[in-house]
Amino acid sequence: MSKRPPELAVEGLTKVFPGTRALDDLSMSVEPGEVHAVLGENGAGKTTLLMILSGVYAPDSGRVLVRGEEVSFARAQDAQAAGIGTVFQEFSLVGRLTVAENVFASHLPTRWLGVLDRRRMAREARELLRTLGSELRPDRSVASLDVGERQLVEIAKALSLRASVLLLDEPTSALSAEEAATLFEVLRRLREQGIAIVFVSHRLAEVFEIADRITVLRDGRLVDTRRRDEITPDDAVRLMVGRELSVLYPGRTEETGPARLEVRGLRSGPVGPVDLVVHAGEIVGVAGLRGSGRSRLVRAIVGAERRDAGEILVDGSAVRIDRPWQAVGHGIAFVPAGRMEEALFPRMSLARNLVSTCLGLVTRLGIVRAAAERRLAERLVRRLGVRARDVEQLVQTLSGGNQQKAVLAKWLALEPRVLVVDEPTQGIDVGAKAEIHAILRELAEGGLAVLMISSELPELLGMCDRVLVMANGRVRGALRAEEATEEQVLALAAGTAGEEAA
Amino acid sequence: MTEAVRRLAAFRELVLIMIIVVSGIVMSQLSEFFFTEGNLRSVVIGMVPGAIIAIGMAVLLASGGFDLSVAAVMALCGTICAYLLSEGAPIPLAIVGALLLGALVGSGNGVLVTFLRVNPLVATLGTLLVARGLALVITEGYNISNLPPSFVQLGQEGPLDLPWMVWIMLGLVLLADLALRHTRFLRQVYYMGGNERAARLSGIRVDALRVFTYVFSGTLAGLAGVLLAARLNTAVPTAGQNLELTVIAAAVLGGASLTGGEGTVLGAALGIAFLALLSNALTLLHVSIFWQIVTTGIVLIAAVSLDMLLRRRQA
Repeated sequence: MSKRPPELAVEGLTKVFPGTRALDDLSMSVEPGEVHAVLGENGAGKTTLLMILSGVYAPDSGRVLVRGEEVSFARAQDAQAAGIGTVFQEFSLVGRLTVAENVFASHLPTRWLGVLDRRRMAREARELLRTLGSELRPDRSVASLDVGERQLVEIAKALSLRASVLLLDEPTSALSAEEAATLFEVLRRLREQGIAIVFVSHRLAEVFEIADRITVLRDGRLVDTRRRDEITPDDAVRLMVGRELSVLYPGRTEETGPARLEVRGLRSGPVGPVDLVVHAGEIVGVAGLRGSGRSRLVRAIVGAERRDAGEILVDGSAVRIDRPWQAVGHGIAFVPAGRMEEALFPRMSLARNLVSTCLGLVTRLGIVRAAAERRLAERLVRRLGVRARDVEQLVQTLSGGNQQKAVLAKWLALEPRVLVVDEPTQGIDVGAKAEIHAILRELAEGGLAVLMISSELPELLGMCDRVLVMANGRVRGALRAEEATEEQVLALAAGTAGEEAA
Repeated sequence: MTEAVRRLAAFRELVLIMIIVVSGIVMSQLSEFFFTEGNLRSVVIGMVPGAIIAIGMAVLLASGGFDLSVAAVMALCGTICAYLLSEGAPIPLAIVGALLLGALVGSGNGVLVTFLRVNPLVATLGTLLVARGLALVITEGYNISNLPPSFVQLGQEGPLDLPWMVWIMLGLVLLADLALRHTRFLRQVYYMGGNERAARLSGIRVDALRVFTYVFSGTLAGLAGVLLAARLNTAVPTAGQNLELTVIAAAVLGGASLTGGEGTVLGAALGIAFLALLSNALTLLHVSIFWQIVTTGIVLIAAVSLDMLLRRRQA
């Protein structure tokens, strides 16, 4: 096809995790001097691809080629040595060290007897930063830098071993609009220098601004790779979702009941003041970029974060919620974003996980009755269709989708009045996603008020009755989900449109 | 195979009992003194303070906590009890005073760990030094002897020719084991140890529970101090050097994990029994006390390594 082999190529890449095929026979290539965007919903395989290319995971099958030569990475260092530099979403900088020390962290230049060659380090760091168009001083401590500057240091670090391929995972998620513009300047500069750039993002506008080619993944498979001028953002969304939305999302509510959850003047750290109402039978979405304060807002409502001011009302009466157990007592159930980190007890059985919120229901005279525990767990498993061998199965051995159903199930026995969910379908396959969506709608129809955060705009617009859009800790607008478009939400989220509203 | 391994790991107590019985049989062949009433009796009595402290440690480890101060608290509380008695305090008052002191030190640990977020290792190392130091300050380094006879009875007389302290230990181990397995209140301990953040968000009052686990551990250490003083008819401010490490080792042998969420009271108590037996066997075989320490360490490392291997196979 082309005279020289692509800078980076993968052929037939497959990676299986328990319960999901994270990558399924994926082939794609990146040319030198190209920005190649990879689009896909959560769980589409973008992160797995990056993990393999950066040497964190080994593929189950398939090949990775750098300039036509097959490579295999036993460790992350091997990928660096092959010329692939990666900037992950989570920064890996050490705040107390200097810019130069961070840039060269994995291969500090030394002199005789391993003494650090600080002068050479500073000189090389300065040169490297100049190629990125930055005059950042190498001796500054990273702790004193702002997020955009740290991002630059991360890129310099990724390139410090003369990388010819740069992988970027959601590089703008923590950046302001101006910082993102600066980042794009840097990427264009690198493109001119012939670096091959893989750019993973789910912000469509950015992708269409910077990318030369766009690859869409879904459920671990390649859907299509197209040149930017051969695809529209609408096409991209259709390719990412890949099916009729009506299948993935259940219907909406006809009418809503009285106000179930009301928040007035809530402030928590940088968030607020926020007012919001969720009615019985209603699903209200909270949209916003990372750092917009949406997680902090809902966590403050359920007592998981400090609340500095404001009132919370459940069914019209003010309640006191400073700790999660108080929220539970008032019928507010919370499904946090990290299943394994914050919602499940990985080394315990499914049954034990399911009764963790409602021990009282299976206790008599202070004694937990094993038979009642089992019965309740089995009932919940049936009700939500959790697929498990039996309720004694360890919860960590379930698939992501079934784990997420277990997280929902553990609240159901309490018959909560309000359900707050943060990223309820993160990292689970599309089938499980549709099931979770159906469950959420069914619960709402049963009279619950549902408040839902999601990073996936299509999900919010498909699931919710109303969507609140947050930016910089405030609610910037409320949209009727049925009529709203992604562009409207993004404009509000980026703070370029709308005014204060609730 | 994996199912069998899992079953085995689940019945750690049974495995320990079997090991104890087998080593008992082996020992009775090796030493004629081993299977005598006097020897077994002294082994059982000797393990009482450790076993009582192990109850609290099992609960703490299950909760994801950790307490290094227990042995020092035991010495301090024994000393205070003896001091109160020697000043003429009535026996119940002296005992209650000692237990309250144990609870107080425990609540100090709990507050440090829970609210000031001091690492448990550091916090309880600090209270270890404070408690040990105070015990020496109060006694000026001397033992307090000649305690009232009716107090000393606790450690020397009782039904079936076993002192009351043994019956107290058995009763507490049994009760606490059932409570940790079956009561709603203590079930929460496993949730907290299994995943503290998830427990908090599930509506469990983890802060209060965490403080409770340290108070519980401190109180039991106090009780161990009282009983040891009764047994010896003396309060020794330096008593129980390194006992905290033995107790933690025993709890781990009995199935506890330093990462929390696992372990039982019975397992920890059987761990203490096994280590007591091992030490007795080595003594009867004329192995020096110094080598006994080495052996205990090796047994612990071997047991925990084996456990990790079995678990990895399981996962």
